[in-house]
Amino acid sequence: MTNNTPHIIKNDPWYGSYASRAEDMRASEIRALFAVASRPEVVSLAGGMPYLDFLPFDELSELVAKMLREEGSHAWQYGSAQGNAHLRERILDIVRLEHITDAQADDVVITNGSQNGLDLITRLMCDPGDVIIAEDPNYVGALGVFKSFQAEVINAHMDADGLIPESFEESIKYAIAQGKRVKFLYTVPTFHNPAGVTMSIERRTRILEIARKYHVLVVEDNPYGLLSFDNKTYPALRSMDPDNVVYLSSFSKIIAPGMRVAWMIAPPGIRQKLVLANESSILSPSNMSQMTISTYLDNFDWKKQIEEYRGMYKSRCETMDQALRTYMPYCSWNKPQGGFYIWLKIPEGLDAKAMLPRAITARVAYVSGTAFYDTGEGADHMRLSFCYPTEERIVEGIRRLSTVVDEELATAQLFGTTSTSTIPVIKPEN
Amino acid sequence: MNPRVLVLCGGLSHERDVSLSSGHRVAGFLEDTGKWDVAIHDVDNALLDFLTDPATRPDIVWPLLHGSYGEDGSIRDVLEMVDLPYIGSRAKASMLAWNKPIAKNIVRKIGRLHTPHSVTLPQEVFRELGVQPIINHIVNSLGLPLIVKPSMGGSALGCTVVHDIAQLPQALVDCFAYAHTALIEHFVEGTEVSVSILDTGDEIIALPALEISTPHGIYDYSERYTPGETEFIVPARLDSDVLERVKDDALTAYQVLGMRDISRIDFIVDRDGIPQFLEANVTPGMTDVSILPRQAVAAGFNLGDLYSRIVESVLSQNRNVPHEKSSL
Repeated sequence: MTNNTPHIIKNDPWYGSYASRAEDMRASEIRALFAVASRPEVVSLAGGMPYLDFLPFDELSELVAKMLREEGSHAWQYGSAQGNAHLRERILDIVRLEHITDAQADDVVITNGSQNGLDLITRLMCDPGDVIIAEDPNYVGALGVFKSFQAEVINAHMDADGLIPESFEESIKYAIAQGKRVKFLYTVPTFHNPAGVTMSIERRTRILEIARKYHVLVVEDNPYGLLSFDNKTYPALRSMDPDNVVYLSSFSKIIAPGMRVAWMIAPPGIRQKLVLANESSILSPSNMSQMTISTYLDNFDWKKQIEEYRGMYKSRCETMDQALRTYMPYCSWNKPQGGFYIWLKIPEGLDAKAMLPRAITARVAYVSGTAFYDTGEGADHMRLSFCYPTEERIVEGIRRLSTVVDEELATAQLFGTTSTSTIPVIKPEN
Repeated sequence: MNPRVLVLCGGLSHERDVSLSSGHRVAGFLEDTGKWDVAIHDVDNALLDFLTDPATRPDIVWPLLHGSYGEDGSIRDVLEMVDLPYIGSRAKASMLAWNKPIAKNIVRKIGRLHTPHSVTLPQEVFRELGVQPIINHIVNSLGLPLIVKPSMGGSALGCTVVHDIAQLPQALVDCFAYAHTALIEHFVEGTEVSVSILDTGDEIIALPALEISTPHGIYDYSERYTPGETEFIVPARLDSDVLERVKDDALTAYQVLGMRDISRIDFIVDRDGIPQFLEANVTPGMTDVSILPRQAVAAGFNLGDLYSRIVESVLSQNRNVPHEKSSL
């Protein structure tokens, strides 16, 4: 037993030794609430998980077993830092759908998911304090990477046609005026996460012109580009300016995120450094995962599978849109033409982050808009995912969400923490 | 064959994440002793079958559910219905201790302990009587600063310290996101201390009072579960007579609330050296950064041995009391 001399118990004796970039890595009650969202009782409109039940797992498991029997010692061995050559060839078939016709397999670098790719390009380009221009709101996973490299994010605004060129240029000028170095534009031009909007063709041309004018690299993150609801594919920025764009895409949304296989296409100098950076970071992407993906691509009609996904996600999106019209007509939202997300604006004065515990109690989950900013903004928005829940669950989720918003609004109005005295009627932005 | 221990964790409360961590930690320590066949189960529609099927039925259950359903006694009632012994306070005692205003009332009236002045108000009262008049009366009656808490719940979720009357409405809105009723308490400045109480069969042990020192003065969720910033000091830096009084008060609270086996009692020792009871924890956190395990290790216990002793003690008591005979 102890004596009576007080002694200090440190929960983490290494506290004080961490790099300053680790300061923001803290436990959060919001993150903890998502542990409940994984339970089946909760309708989760939060996660961007693709629906995988359409995949031919029975046939695939036999083919993967055959691959292991015949090539197991290769599949379970170290691989190349650039990635499996055969898979890189197959990726060229995919990117052709987005008008990238000039790329060679040698231009492709395989990564452990696009998150790994974002990490590599940020590590390669950014010293602490360097500026990255990003859309407002911005993909939460990218924000985390940029913060970990102590890059400064300057926002550029979007509207229904995606990133606004004038805002992009203003942000560059602002950074330059501050004596900062702008290293790249990070953009999700097609079916944006979380905003759901798509950059128009005219704007793509204009954004690339501005980037060239200021010698700013464009990092194009395009995981949703093939998931349009009208079978229309937009030309990737990379297809319009191969020398100034680093393109990232992934099998996560079109096949399966559990494989953690994604790719980058980059101009030669950057590509060479990406391979070296990948080698120092992970040695090589998983051969097993790459060969499993190759087995799928080689043996199944993946284009038809993507068409099925498009139809399913379109139907789910329409169901969510209709449920919002029925239950929450006083909110506004975009109706995306592809991808996974609806970006919902809630009544003025409500705080989507503060409301989340009430939603969890009501057995529905979403992502607060605050997650997509590092400035504390976004409390008036939430991201709703229609990709994973069935249509019946989507309707039930929106019904539950409407009761949560109603209760929160009534509470906020009661305590005068919102300026609105009645529920505002805002027509959906279609 | 070793006796079967079932650790219940998870659940659907706001504290699911903490509960999973507590459950897996305790299960790991018990397994490491080699004395028990340990299983872990969530609260779901497969649980009752698991509890009653002879192939899986445990010999004893350790509920490590935090938050509603876990600490309000309801799951313990279910365990009593299926005649399974479990570790921790009985259902009705849990129901009382879990409700902070009721627990405060019991320890004040029966235990003669000091508690911070407070009022307990459901949202409907503000709606029916008007927000501003009530807020004015709260501040006039209790003074500032205040702390607003959900009347039930843990991990400091939904708690806000209010220094200015203008902050009170938002604090109430944030609180009502977690619960229908708010406990609005005068915020006592002083030393925050916890006393964990363990019944190992041989004796009821009050571990030395642990002082919680946080850089910002508030032991909120982030401070609780981010290792590093918060320091625990054992024993608390208090005069020996105050330390003794804290220990006695903790044991009094444990007894008058009818708690058993394991619990944690929290106090603020005010500037006059008087322990002010804050709450009693039916299911104290058992994560790697929680107070009770750190306190036990500081007191010289091996956690695997300690948890085993508690299990052995409860098993030896033949607690399969029929449900209708249940009492405090």
